[in-house]
Amino acid sequence: MENETLNAQDILKVEGLRKRFPIRRGFLQRAAGWVNAVENVSFSIERGKTLGLVGESGCGKTTVARMILKLLPSDAGRIVFNGVDLCGISDAEMKPLRKQIQIIFQDPYGSLNPRMSVGEAIGEGLRMAGVRGRNATAARTEELLARVGLSARAIDRYPHEFSGGQRQRIGIARALSVEPSLIICDEPVSALDVSIQAQIINLLKDLQDQLGLSYLFISHDLNVVGYLCHRVAVMYRGQIMEHAPTEELFEHPLHPYTHLLLSAVPDPEAGKKPAVETLESEPPESAPELPEGCRFQVKCLDNDERCRRFGGALTQAGKDHFVRCWKA
Amino acid sequence: MNTENTAPAAPLEEPAAPRRTRFEEFWRLLRKNSLALAGLVVFGLFLATAVAGVFLTSGSKPVLDPSVVRLQEKLRPPLSRSDAASLKPDEIPAMGVYLFGTDDLGRDVFARMLQGAWVSLTVGFVAVGISVAIGIFMGAIAGYYGQQYVRLEQVMLAAWLLGGAALLAAGVRTLGAVVLVAGHAWLFFSISPWGVSRRKSPPPWMRIFLKGTIRVDTIIMRFVDIMLCFPSFFLILTVVALLPASIYTIMIVIGLTSWEGTARFVRAEFLSLREQDFVAAARALGVGNFRIIFRHMTPNAIAPVLVSATIGIASAILTEAGLSFLGFGVPPPHATWGNILSDGKRFIFDAPWLTFIPGAAILLVVLAFNLFGEGLRDILNPKLRQRN
Ligand SMILES: Nc1ncnc2c1ncn2[C@@H]1O[C@H](COP(=O)(O)OP(=O)(O)O)[C@@H](O)[C@H]1O
Ligand SMILES: [Mg+2]
Repeated sequence: MENETLNAQDILKVEGLRKRFPIRRGFLQRAAGWVNAVENVSFSIERGKTLGLVGESGCGKTTVARMILKLLPSDAGRIVFNGVDLCGISDAEMKPLRKQIQIIFQDPYGSLNPRMSVGEAIGEGLRMAGVRGRNATAARTEELLARVGLSARAIDRYPHEFSGGQRQRIGIARALSVEPSLIICDEPVSALDVSIQAQIINLLKDLQDQLGLSYLFISHDLNVVGYLCHRVAVMYRGQIMEHAPTEELFEHPLHPYTHLLLSAVPDPEAGKKPAVETLESEPPESAPELPEGCRFQVKCLDNDERCRRFGGALTQAGKDHFVRCWKA
Repeated sequence: MNTENTAPAAPLEEPAAPRRTRFEEFWRLLRKNSLALAGLVVFGLFLATAVAGVFLTSGSKPVLDPSVVRLQEKLRPPLSRSDAASLKPDEIPAMGVYLFGTDDLGRDVFARMLQGAWVSLTVGFVAVGISVAIGIFMGAIAGYYGQQYVRLEQVMLAAWLLGGAALLAAGVRTLGAVVLVAGHAWLFFSISPWGVSRRKSPPPWMRIFLKGTIRVDTIIMRFVDIMLCFPSFFLILTVVALLPASIYTIMIVIGLTSWEGTARFVRAEFLSLREQDFVAAARALGVGNFRIIFRHMTPNAIAPVLVSATIGIASAILTEAGLSFLGFGVPPPHATWGNILSDGKRFIFDAPWLTFIPGAAILLVVLAFNLFGEGLRDILNPKLRQRN
């Protein structure tokens, strides 16, 4: 691989990632069309930092996460983790790398095996990490539970005995059990109560400080992202629309979609209602045909002829600030 | 916020759900379902009877001998006393009374029923054990690996090995052995690092062997469909007529012909389980396929299997009774409920107990298993569980 494109500080670099899913119809289940779930997505995550990936539901965020974890094969592109292109290696070569990248899921109910106690779930990860012996496993499990703020009594309990926030903590402990360096958080707080959300966010932040973790933080809530992330990538229907350091993005948003997302964020000081309440998520299924030119023009407040002729390239609009809009 | 300090404060002090084990929950729901509970009680009695029956009726000098022929005491009605004067000392029944009467050879029907209970029990459990094991295996493969294609190379290898086995069976010993050995060498080669499927970029002429032919799911589920097309009782009848009659043949044959339902249930469960986040999490941890199938997915797919297994026991018992009734079952003089019924049908007017007692026993046990199975389905159904 060309090492000059690699920044040594980047733990993960994704380039030109693509994925499309067939829409199967009819008796023979032939592909009647394709959903372009992820199109030419590129970003990189610095070691010990957090990249936020923001976009409405159905825009392809989870698909990106699953491809990075190699739970889903990518159609094209490169996923370079610690200098190794994950797309080109075999399952056997992937095995030791698996432990390095972990995931925390959105749904605290589906992410834990209902038939496995907390101790068994975490123990499985410890076994993968090479921890052997009953005592060592128990000690390490307790340590991990304490780290995520759970008491050791949780060990022989089953997931159904816990609340959503507690389950999320168990999921975090399981992810930590293999000592990863990158954790993908796929909307880890969007299924939780607002009061619990802050606890989990703070926990993630503390863990980052203590363990030097890097995060890919997926969310549809810019509020949370602004608090936790160092950089933000805004995604719309499979494409990254804007990509900038967090402060820059919040202070000088360039893409109309980012404006729309920001206007939907309630102002914490004033406690106002969101200025725009039109941000209902519209999954691509309801509008599978992409328009000619810029794909955001349907929702864009001021679109004109040039939007339809827009080539769709990501352009640099400032130092470290990229945007996919001709107006910028 | 420092997690280390605040750690014990937030969680676990008030558990979200009352601490209740799975078994307690199960028992609570079962007690509400009186029919299922009755089924379970009958099942318990049946189990106790069958186990007691083995001890009482087997051995060199059984307490209750089901095979003693006392022609002078034939066709005695239930509860009649035995006439000790007319019998040799070792022919006198242990209880001095024929609880269920005697049959046309003067054998004690109670002893024969006890002996038959064990046959029904073992046939039911072993046959269902076999069918559940096959069903889970086939269903798990279809559900987990179903979307993968079988490669041309693999089809050819399977055909080659089958051909070798066929030659061997047909008596062409040397050629068959050579073909089989070559097949295994080929198998070994293909899973070794030099094998076709392990090459990253195989040469073009090799690529044709890697072409996918047919989906694993298609193979297994169409095979299930074909198996379901045969009326299984007649299939069993054919096989049993060809093979030497024994209780083991019957168990195995019933097991081999009744796994399709289980396979379908397990496949359906697996198809939904494989999309679950906890399976993805296990994969991300690097847990192997085998462990994911058996540690993560199977335990979550077992509920419908349990239900169909319980009802399957009932139908296996019924099938065995039917086979014995037709004379294809366990060979005499060993008693089974089916052949007691069959022997008794000639005397249905003179000695109706010979027909009614085994008939009622079969009815009761089959009904009990069905009721318990239905109850189990309700209890294990999470939607119903929330309601009460
Ligand atoms: N396995 C799949 N098969 C077909 N379509 C899929 C599959 N997974 C995701 N998609 C489609 O891809 C798009 C992106 O989905 P996803 O990545 O889950 O979005 P997000 O996580 O941003 O909500 C959606 O339109 C979804 O319907
Ligand atoms: Mg998602």
